[in-house]
Amino acid sequence: MRNLLEVDIKVPNQTKYLRLIGQIGEDVAGALERFNNSDPEELAYHINLVLTEAMANAIKHANKNDPTKDVHISINLTDDLLSIKVYDQGQGFDISTADLQTPDPALDHGRGVFLIRSLMDSVTYSRCDTGNVLEMRKSLLQDGRKPERGPCAEESI
Amino acid sequence: MIITSKDFDKAIVMSIEEERLDAHNSNELKSQLMTQFEEGKSNIIIDLQHVRFIDSSGLGALVSGFKNAGSRDGSLKLCGLQKQVQSMFELTRLHRVFEIFPAEEEALASF
Repeated sequence: MRNLLEVDIKVPNQTKYLRLIGQIGEDVAGALERFNNSDPEELAYHINLVLTEAMANAIKHANKNDPTKDVHISINLTDDLLSIKVYDQGQGFDISTADLQTPDPALDHGRGVFLIRSLMDSVTYSRCDTGNVLEMRKSLLQDGRKPERGPCAEESI
Repeated sequence: MIITSKDFDKAIVMSIEEERLDAHNSNELKSQLMTQFEEGKSNIIIDLQHVRFIDSSGLGALVSGFKNAGSRDGSLKLCGLQKQVQSMFELTRLHRVFEIFPAEEEALASF
């Protein structure tokens, strides 16, 4: 499994950086284009969106809008897998209750985790040394096989 | 956040002049909508033609405005959705909640 691209970035815990991180996600989608038959514009949007949603959750719910904290994002691209990790420095937030079903259209909140789950193949949220990490994975295999998973203690959500 | 508003007899058209409607600026849309409601304007068209990207917070701000308009016997309708933005409404089933029109003219004619 070749490591094709690795991006590590740490940004202050502020929503004004969502645009920057989303744009990096779109640029990574450009590198993915040759692996995937999907519409490049759609793929770019989806990666932008899952990064935006995960980072907004980290800023608001885990890091409680504390401007002295950071959000660390790690994007890793191999031949068969796109993995995005978003690290927060908080007590975590409960996403296990987020329903797999489409959220009630009458509610004005609660669609973030649903969107991430809809667009990625797997989502996990677990404790790490500095706080918590939300990991989102998308298989790039054309035949639908799941890529091998690394040895790590993750709690599926 | 830059929003330009145009008053018509039947409704007010609020055009969002931003490429992104996300967790950074969605509260500003909510507060600008509240200002319109407090001024007694409850028939609102949000023109999204310049919005290339919307996240769950942006969708939430529009749902909040939709509910507020309804509670004041008005309605909030949308127009000008770009392809990827439209797909977010479909994924979350919100395309069944909002009345969505190609452009401002069609939306105004529906009031």
